[in-house]
Amino acid sequence: MPFTLVLIAVAAAIFAFGRWLDNSYAFVVGYIVVQYMVLGTAWNILGGYTGYVNFGVTAFFAIGAYSTVALHKLVPTLPLPVMIVVGGVLAGLVGLGTGYLTLRLRGVFFSIATLALAVVVQTLITNWDFVGGARGAYVLRPRMAPLIGGEYMQYLFLLMLGLGVIVLATARAIERSALGYGFAAIRDDEGAAEASGVPTLKLKLIATTLSGGFMGMAGAPLPFQVTYLDPASGFSLNYAVNAIAMPLIGGTGSWLGPVVGAVLVGGLQEYLRVTISSAVNVLVAGVLMVTFVIAAPQGIVGLFQRKR
Amino acid sequence: MTALLQVAGLGKRFGGFVALDAIDLDVQQGERLGLIGPNGSGKSTLVNCVCGTLRNESGSVHFADEALDGLSAHQRTRRGLARSFQLPRPFASLSLAENVRIPLLYTVKARDRGALAGAAIDARCLDVLGQVGLAGKAERLPRDLTQIEMRKLELARAMAAEPKLLIADEAMAGLSHGEVDEIIALLIRLNERGVTVIMIEHIMRAVMEFSQRLAVLVAGRKIADGPPKDVVRDPEVVRAYLGE
Repeated sequence: MPFTLVLIAVAAAIFAFGRWLDNSYAFVVGYIVVQYMVLGTAWNILGGYTGYVNFGVTAFFAIGAYSTVALHKLVPTLPLPVMIVVGGVLAGLVGLGTGYLTLRLRGVFFSIATLALAVVVQTLITNWDFVGGARGAYVLRPRMAPLIGGEYMQYLFLLMLGLGVIVLATARAIERSALGYGFAAIRDDEGAAEASGVPTLKLKLIATTLSGGFMGMAGAPLPFQVTYLDPASGFSLNYAVNAIAMPLIGGTGSWLGPVVGAVLVGGLQEYLRVTISSAVNVLVAGVLMVTFVIAAPQGIVGLFQRKR
Repeated sequence: MTALLQVAGLGKRFGGFVALDAIDLDVQQGERLGLIGPNGSGKSTLVNCVCGTLRNESGSVHFADEALDGLSAHQRTRRGLARSFQLPRPFASLSLAENVRIPLLYTVKARDRGALAGAAIDARCLDVLGQVGLAGKAERLPRDLTQIEMRKLELARAMAAEPKLLIADEAMAGLSHGEVDEIIALLIRLNERGVTVIMIEHIMRAVMEFSQRLAVLVAGRKIADGPPKDVVRDPEVVRAYLGE
């Protein structure tokens, strides 16, 4: 509980700082960095804690985004937080189903299956005319933010910060609970985990559901942020690469890793996007990821932890 | 009185290969049973079928008057059936204390419904490690351990689940004379506290010292079962080990 309060205080301070800066671009950067933090933490719940590498990040992320597109067309007055919850539930259910179908696969075979999932979902969305199909869909956002006033982007940033608080509090709670120990046991040796009484299938399903659900929630506000969404951008490789690279760079062992990774890599990417080129950001994530996997497999957080 | 573990007509095939052929085996509460047999005779397959890692095609396993057939490995562990692995399989990224914490959390705590919590769990982890002489290394990682310490950790993890029956699958392979004695003493102490123990072993000295009863598997069949002294003199057993 105190940890959640600290998170809320930090989030509130960041938001207050943004208001004081009063710079529209700062809110966009903040939104993107926090979005990657949520995405990276969600990936880490399955990939870092449980050891199952999910390459299908975009499937879950885009399910969240496209559920918002669909809901916005059906019920334009629906508040965005409700859409985020719906997107999260849908992506979580897909996570559960994927888990049930694929978790008998281990190691690299599971990863290949998730890669296939991303392709399947993208094909479905591209051919679904109601959400714009291959043409893409426009989502006109209000000019002003509800409740808090100011630009709408500020509202999006605030929602994403709130989501960040929820996701980080959940990740840390998992780490310190029996669930976290069970996940770690699965990651280290699934057979030995079963022999120690860990219900491995159930725990893996919890991990895929939570992970997928949070990715969907991270994607749900996307249509309002970009205002035009097509499959090529919704399923962009950037999301998958960053969601995997950031925890790996920050450290997969603890909740802090994806945060450090997202702030560092996300910040660097934004800086390079405006100073050098808008295409250089994937290169940055890729090069850093390779460097860290070779030189510091425990990530930045691992470098500062005591050596046992 | 019915036996704690009742294996009846257990059969397991791998393709056309019959690994276990209608095995019957009863183990009484509090007994120390030695299970021996040449390599490939089906000892580990039998353990895997009893513990739920493999599914047997025929026959049944009863434990404490309950049919285990169809239960997964973790459900069997929760009912009091623990095992150690032939090659130690520690949770490599977790400290020794955390290694024994996992069975504590998922068996003992799950059974007691929260009666065990907080500092009591930490104390229990240290207690279990203390029983095998590893309390001083509670915060170390498994990779820092020697071979015998690894075997002890493997046993400690099985003991942490507070089993009624412990199956030690070749817990002593590759250990020195003195180290073997240490493990035997450990298993006998455990047995004196009421835990039934099945020891699978190739080291005959250890088996003879430890076992009250001896069962012999050869090519998937049980060929002998009785007092150790009689079993090792059984002509069929001698033939299986030494040839004609």
